[in-house]
Amino acid sequence: MNLVDEWGITLAVFLPLLGALAIALTPKGTEGIQKLLALGSTGAALVIGLMVAFAFEHGEPGLQFEKNLQWIPSIDANYHVGIDGISLPLIVLSLLVTFLCIVYAYRHIPEPGNTKAFLALILLLETGMNGSFIALDLILFFVFWELVLVPMYFLIGIWGGENRQYAAIKFFLYTLFGSVFMLLGFLALYFQSDPHTFDMVRLQGAGVLNLPIGLANLIFAGLALGFAVKVPMWPFHTWLPDAHTQAPTIGSVLLAAVMLKMGTYGFMRIAIPILPEPAQVFAPLIAILAAIAIVYGALCCLAQTNLKRMIAFSSVGHMGFVMLGIATLTPEGFNAAVFGMVAHGVVTGMLFFLAGSIKERYHSYEMPELAGMGLKIPRMAGLLAFCAIASLGLPGLAGFWGEVMALLSSYRPLEGLNLTVFRSAMVVGGIGTVLTAGYFLWMLQRVNMGKASEASLKHRYADVERLEYAAWVPLLALILVLGLYPRLIMDTTTSSVTRLTETVAGERAEVAQAAER
Amino acid sequence: MVSLLATAAEHGTETAASGGGAMELAWVIPVIAMVSAALIWAIGKRLPMRGAEIGVAAMIAVFIGGLLVFFDAIAHINADAEWHGFEKAVTWMNFGPGSTVELGYMVDGLAAVMMVIVGFVALMVHIYAASYMKGEVRVTHFFATLSLFTGSMLTVVLANNLLMMLVGWEGMGLSSYLLIGHWWEKHENSSAAIKAFLTTRVGDIGFMFGIFVLFWAAGSFNVAHINELAADGGIARGTLTVAALLLFCGAVGKSAQFPLHTWLPDAMAGPTPVSALIHAATMVVAGVYLVARMFPVFDNAFDVALDVVAVIGSITTVIAALLALVQQDLKRVLAYSTISQLAYMIAGLGVGAYTASVFHIWTHAWFKALLFLAAGSVIHAVHSNNMTDMGGLFRKMPITSITYIVGGLALAAFPPFAGFWSKDELVVGAYEAATAGSRAGTLTLVAMLLTAFLTACYVARMLALTFFGKPRYDPEHVHPHESPKLMTYPLIALAALAVAGGWVGIPGEMNQFGRWVHYGDEHAAFNPMIAILSTGLALAGFAAGWAIFRMGKVKIDVRKTALAPFYRLLLNRYYLDDIYFKGIVRPVRDRLSAAAYWINQKVLDGAVNAAGMVAVASGRFAYRDVDQGLIDGLVNNLARLTGRTGDKLKFWQTGNMQRYAAAMFLGVATLVGAFVFFRI
Amino acid sequence: MPLNWVLVLTTFLFCVGVYGVLARRNAVIVLMSIEIMLNAVNLNFIAFNGVVGGERLIGQVFALFVIAIAAAELGIGLAIVLLIYRNSFTVSLDEVNLLRW
Repeated sequence: MNLVDEWGITLAVFLPLLGALAIALTPKGTEGIQKLLALGSTGAALVIGLMVAFAFEHGEPGLQFEKNLQWIPSIDANYHVGIDGISLPLIVLSLLVTFLCIVYAYRHIPEPGNTKAFLALILLLETGMNGSFIALDLILFFVFWELVLVPMYFLIGIWGGENRQYAAIKFFLYTLFGSVFMLLGFLALYFQSDPHTFDMVRLQGAGVLNLPIGLANLIFAGLALGFAVKVPMWPFHTWLPDAHTQAPTIGSVLLAAVMLKMGTYGFMRIAIPILPEPAQVFAPLIAILAAIAIVYGALCCLAQTNLKRMIAFSSVGHMGFVMLGIATLTPEGFNAAVFGMVAHGVVTGMLFFLAGSIKERYHSYEMPELAGMGLKIPRMAGLLAFCAIASLGLPGLAGFWGEVMALLSSYRPLEGLNLTVFRSAMVVGGIGTVLTAGYFLWMLQRVNMGKASEASLKHRYADVERLEYAAWVPLLALILVLGLYPRLIMDTTTSSVTRLTETVAGERAEVAQAAER
Repeated sequence: MVSLLATAAEHGTETAASGGGAMELAWVIPVIAMVSAALIWAIGKRLPMRGAEIGVAAMIAVFIGGLLVFFDAIAHINADAEWHGFEKAVTWMNFGPGSTVELGYMVDGLAAVMMVIVGFVALMVHIYAASYMKGEVRVTHFFATLSLFTGSMLTVVLANNLLMMLVGWEGMGLSSYLLIGHWWEKHENSSAAIKAFLTTRVGDIGFMFGIFVLFWAAGSFNVAHINELAADGGIARGTLTVAALLLFCGAVGKSAQFPLHTWLPDAMAGPTPVSALIHAATMVVAGVYLVARMFPVFDNAFDVALDVVAVIGSITTVIAALLALVQQDLKRVLAYSTISQLAYMIAGLGVGAYTASVFHIWTHAWFKALLFLAAGSVIHAVHSNNMTDMGGLFRKMPITSITYIVGGLALAAFPPFAGFWSKDELVVGAYEAATAGSRAGTLTLVAMLLTAFLTACYVARMLALTFFGKPRYDPEHVHPHESPKLMTYPLIALAALAVAGGWVGIPGEMNQFGRWVHYGDEHAAFNPMIAILSTGLALAGFAAGWAIFRMGKVKIDVRKTALAPFYRLLLNRYYLDDIYFKGIVRPVRDRLSAAAYWINQKVLDGAVNAAGMVAVASGRFAYRDVDQGLIDGLVNNLARLTGRTGDKLKFWQTGNMQRYAAAMFLGVATLVGAFVFFRI
Repeated sequence: MPLNWVLVLTTFLFCVGVYGVLARRNAVIVLMSIEIMLNAVNLNFIAFNGVVGGERLIGQVFALFVIAIAAAELGIGLAIVLLIYRNSFTVSLDEVNLLRW
């Protein structure tokens, strides 16, 4: 247990990297061993992650499992890691989803094969994603953040669909474009802090940062741009549908389930706590963009005939709800955001799994060609319906709480924020939920229901296979459990988000006092 | 869920007056229904009746449980007239400092009455469906969803807080979607399912926002807490008004009130037992229940809140009754009658006739469930929904016919059938409001009396066309016969209640219902004048309908009279469906979405691609024009210049030695000259 | 004998040589003209030695060097002319432009 306390999160992050190295060293033609290695390392990481989750003091607001080692002394960059109630659910989600992806990959290595490289890249990706969630040092964070790009670039570019080159390059460059501004923001924070530091915790301390408000706003804008591309917030989202549509199934799942959350997590972990005043300046703008994203994403979904592209666009809307929650700067809103992130990860990840398996059978994502799937492969159709309904936010399933809490909190955002903006955003978001229900039900009507399509009549398709069940059942169960027992996440997050928002609100109070004086 | 609720029972704290007995375990009842749904999905397929037996068994348990809870509650009410109910809750979650969602249940007179209604109707429907659905596709799925539906409604009924109510509320939306679209091979059916879900969802947004307003005003989702605060003036009246109107949006959607009523007739696409469940005990009743549950919020808001309720109810009741008059589809007649009757309740709540409205839920449940199930029996026999394919069925299927007629008479509110007692109370309530000077009350009174006439009229038409006259079905292929016992027994049981169900609320000393459910110290009044007036109108309506459609006394083609445009208006359902579809659904679904996607691809993505292209182009410019052209070009050009200069100068080298020598001498001479003359 | 007389003579000789080099077409005559110019210079050396050279006879020594080099030069020059003649059967300089561009 001591090992877990000391090195638990580090192990969970770097075990997959070790696995990747081990796989890279295996000779050609040993796919069985490669798969076992991948399964073993992600499985071990997941087990350690769960042990951390059990050892975690739920309800404790502060950082836990903290570790601070010297790394690059000349610029005071340290290996500083730790988790709190906000990061824990995301890490566990990431570990679980990656593990399930490897399980799924047992039978589903996409064209053009090359198991070794495929698995190694996924493991590398996992290290990058999890590392971002535990890093407490800006440079460390940045390294992990950028580490994610490379494997994903290759996953899309090599194993992707027809237009993979374009999508991969677009994804890579767009994200890189955002992270440049983020890096500038980090450097500005470093040079403006006294003493100079990249440490997130120290940067939040009183008196370390003394910024003129104009500069602070500028830095926030830079950080926000970097995160916003990753989320993706409207109007920086256009890389997402292409990346999702072209990526191999597992790539889409990881992209939707975990990678998007790095952006929203960045807002909650870095941008807002370090720069609370600018956060309040920008909050209404973020709320407006979020509200646009919700309705806009839904409308774009209505225009799709490609199942996978529709699911991709649905992410835009769902992340809009998450951002709306964050923009309120209230504990309720932040809770909604974390819950929304996890729920979106589970539900949309599952939807991408389904889309991939459907494509494998029908060789198409086009809805007219899938028509009548309920008659051909009823179990698959049932699962699709279940996930679609969870995604449209039906109470009792995972999607509901994030959405309803985000709207609830935007009725009353942090004191001092513009009520008209936030309540309009709430109303727009409400309309968005109707549209969301509309496109999902319409999709179900076009895919599941009706008579079987001409193309599918000639073939027999296998219904859900055992291996697919093995990869999916944990996610399906989570959808139900999170819906019925939201405390699973709320008990962990509430205290942490409360502390976080108190610092934001506290800053506000100090400013108000200063203004009075 | 089970273990969760179990902890609720173990560690729950009693927040209201002490309870005990069966009420302690009331939480088990919705859980039974939910577990039944899960079980049917899990193992139903392997059972001989493909899951129906689990559903029926669960519903028996639900009904008995409901009865026990009901009697326990009555015992408390009898012991203490001021008894407010029994409540127990655990924390579902804390989502912020002081922001808590409870998982709990509350039993009071209103909830107890609803438990009996839901339990009994659901049981009857399950038994009936076990026979009705035999041999159909996806029976297992059907019964599971039916149980889920019942469980969701029970959750709404028992919920002690608004968020839980919303959970059950949306659960019903889902179940209705699945059931209405049960035969989804046909496109119309799945479309009707989507329509039902989306239309009610529009109202639900209002409901959700209403919950938000109340939560931030009261600091809690707890129904009892909010109602108490509302009554004490703990919440500003303006806030209450906003909240009440928003909550009412939810009721308008779920209870199919104007202008969101259009989904209900289309919902007839589902199997008939589903219609019975939706119309009698779940789903549509939930809207009325919501208004009744949150009545203190409405009552303590500004008058406009209840006036809006009354006006919407009045409009709906008349327009729906008119529509019922022109339908050819037997189930659609019943659907519109449901809208009309629900509007009666809504209007009743609007004028403050609280007990009467809930009482009407009670009586309506019996006769409407009866009517739908009997209609299903008829449809089963003639294989058509259309009244033009029926007629003369009275002798062929006596039990169905008699029970149907009983239900029809109860719907038309003839004494002593159940409908009479509740309807009469509602009209009295409107009359009292009108005499108190409320203009909304006057409108309601007029609408109610008009509807009394119209209702009896379409009931007469429906009975005449279905059971009497000459058979219009094809005797070659259709041989109507009485339905099996599993179907007729529920009809008989419901018919008994359709007759006697109203007797618990006969005004006067004997009135039990008013003791079970009441708001403040209101009491059911009996006004002989009103009773005679409304019954007289009903008789007149029935006589008119009977005369036209049975006796054929009036032989006028409506399409050729001055009423023709009005008739067309009715046939087209006031064009509301067209307006919604052509005005909202199609523009949003086809045009707006296409526009948004166009913007996405051409403008936003276009900008990204343009940025990419600009980057590539400027790269090309930098390489080709600047680097290769300018900088490298400078080097090359210098060399080229040298070469070209040499090219020109080489011609000086003629090869003639003497010229070279001459040049040399010239040079020497020049130098010498320079030395000599300029002394350099 | 005054120096100027000698200088006038050598200038005259030199100019004759220059004329021969520039104006005559025959390569052999050109070579002979060069010899005249060299001899004019030799005379100059000897004459100037009488004025500034004194006992060391520097002028005479230079003149001897020039005669030696002139002999060598003439040897090479005549050889070239002979070769040109063998190749192109002419010794006219107008027709020999081998050094052209």
